[in-house]
Formats: sequence, structure tokens, C-alpha cells
Amino acid sequence: MAETLTELEDPLLLGGRTVQSRLLLGTGGFSSLAVLSEAVAASGSEIVTVALRRVDPAARGSLLDVLRDLGVQVLPNTAGCHTARDAVLTARLAREALETEWIKLEVIGDEDTLLPDGAELLRAAEELVAEGFVVLPYTNDDPVLARRLLDVGCAAVMPLGAPIGSGMGIRNPYNITLIREAVDAPVILDAGIGTASDAALAMELGCDAVLAASAVSRAQDPVRMARAIRAAVHAGRLARSAGRIPRRLYATASTPEEGMPDFPLA
Amino acid sequence: MKIILNGHSSDVRGGESVLAAIKQLGLPPDARGVAVAVDGEVIPRARWEDVRLSEGARVEVLSAMQGG
Repeated sequence: MAETLTELEDPLLLGGRTVQSRLLLGTGGFSSLAVLSEAVAASGSEIVTVALRRVDPAARGSLLDVLRDLGVQVLPNTAGCHTARDAVLTARLAREALETEWIKLEVIGDEDTLLPDGAELLRAAEELVAEGFVVLPYTNDDPVLARRLLDVGCAAVMPLGAPIGSGMGIRNPYNITLIREAVDAPVILDAGIGTASDAALAMELGCDAVLAASAVSRAQDPVRMARAIRAAVHAGRLARSAGRIPRRLYATASTPEEGMPDFPLA
Repeated sequence: MKIILNGHSSDVRGGESVLAAIKQLGLPPDARGVAVAVDGEVIPRARWEDVRLSEGARVEVLSAMQGG
């Protein structure tokens, strides 16, 4: 009998919560709330990120209403913050606005690459943990910094595969592997995902989950891409737990030599 | 009284409370999903009515937007 793909047997423990989906979705870049809503549903995601910005009294439709109707957990981020001070204040405001202790911590150190500022990130993480936040830091693919972030009490680490919105995939899979080996906490591949195979690779490398944003929202068909990346996350997770064969330079015959016939020369 | 409300110089009418600034933006007093910082300090919802703004105060009124 054919099996059906299910995520239910392999939940993710994150920040004291159990979630069935190992795909987190960013809400930035969708052309409309309708497409966003359909893509979130197609992704199966239970946790979606939002940013905090100045109130726009002219805004049409409520993002929060849409997300509430979808029944997903809203995870605010500190996108755009360049200092620990700004990120901490933004996190406090997010807690006040959205009534959640969870924060996806981003502290950007470079305008062109949007790479994280490790020193400011660690400082902000330490302060927010002390204030009772569940801190999920967006970090460089640096195993040492990952360990430091967990040492100060972060609930997970979110290393990048490549710069935000670049769609360049995982530029240094060895570092992601090293992070996986170095830490005993959820590793969520964040940033760099361009298409489904990148998400599958992240999971094959041992990540516990993947966050996709632009890869979905800026795809030509965001809903279809949400479905594709969801399937890829699932496939990668299965492949990781199945245990892949080692890579070899030379062929290893999959068919036995034994029983080969002997053909005489004509 | 003049304050800097979400980056714009603004003449707040109807009192000097944080709540008056919120109303100035066209938001209802019980606006959901909104947080306020005055001069870099979070003002909890429960204190919107009581906290007085001073001349030139920098008031940021934020809410969730698409992002990340």
C-alpha cells in the first residue's frame, strides 16, 4: 500500500514548543496578503516571521488578521537593526506589540551583504535572554559563534547559507556540517535558499529546520514554490535519517558479477 | 505641543499623553498589534494614558509588517 508523506511523526522541539513543520516562512516580499496567505498554507509552516515598522495608517488589510486566521505562530524579527541597542529595543517593542517572548534576532553589520555583526549579535542575545526572551539568532555560518550564542542561552542558531535574498544556496556546506557537529540545539538554516534543492541539502546536512522567505515570496509562482520547498525539507530530513552512501571516486557495481555468461567470440 | 511622531514633526492636539499621539495617527485607543517607544523607551499599553510627552519627544509607533 502506498504511504502518504507526513510530517507528523517527526516533530521539532523549539523554544519549549513542539511543531510539526520543519519549514519556517518569512512574510517579506509577497505581492499581496492573498498570495501570502495561500503560500503560508501551501508551505505547511507553523511559524512565520514579521518585521516591526512604523504604523502605516493607510495600510490596507491586516497582516496579523491574516496570520491569525491561518493559525500560525507569529515570530517577530529585528530586521534592519545594526546595533545591539536597536535590536534589544526592537525586541522589547515586538514583545509589547505581539505578546510573544520569541524573537528572531538579526543584527546586520554590512549594508551590501547584510551579513550579521557577530559581536553585536552576541551582546544583544545575552541581554535578551536575561530579559526572558526566546532568542533565535540569525548568525554567520561560524561554528564558534554558534556555540557562543548557545552558551549565552539562545534557543537555537540560525546560520546563513548565503546572504539574505541572494538565492545562492549553501555556499559553505562544510561549515553547516561543523555547526551541526558543534552544537546540541536546533540548527535552522536561514538565508540563501533559492530553490527546493537548497532546502533539501540543508536538511541532508543535519539542520533541524529551514527558513525560507524570498525563495518563496519572489518566485514566479510563490504558492507552488512553497509546496516544493515543503516537500524538499521533508525529503532532506528523510534522507538524513536514512543515512546516505559514502562518496567514492570510482564506480562500485550495483549488480553482482556472479552468474555472468561467457560469450564465445563469433 | 510639537513632537516627532514616526519621524515627522507633529503638533499633538487633544492632550499630552501617549494616547493622544496614537489617536493623532488615526489609530483607535485599543489598537491591536501596536507598540510605542518614547525617546527610546518602551511604553507599555497600560501606561499610554498616563505617560506625558514633553516638547520635542521622539515617539515611535510600530506594528507588524511583512518581513523576514
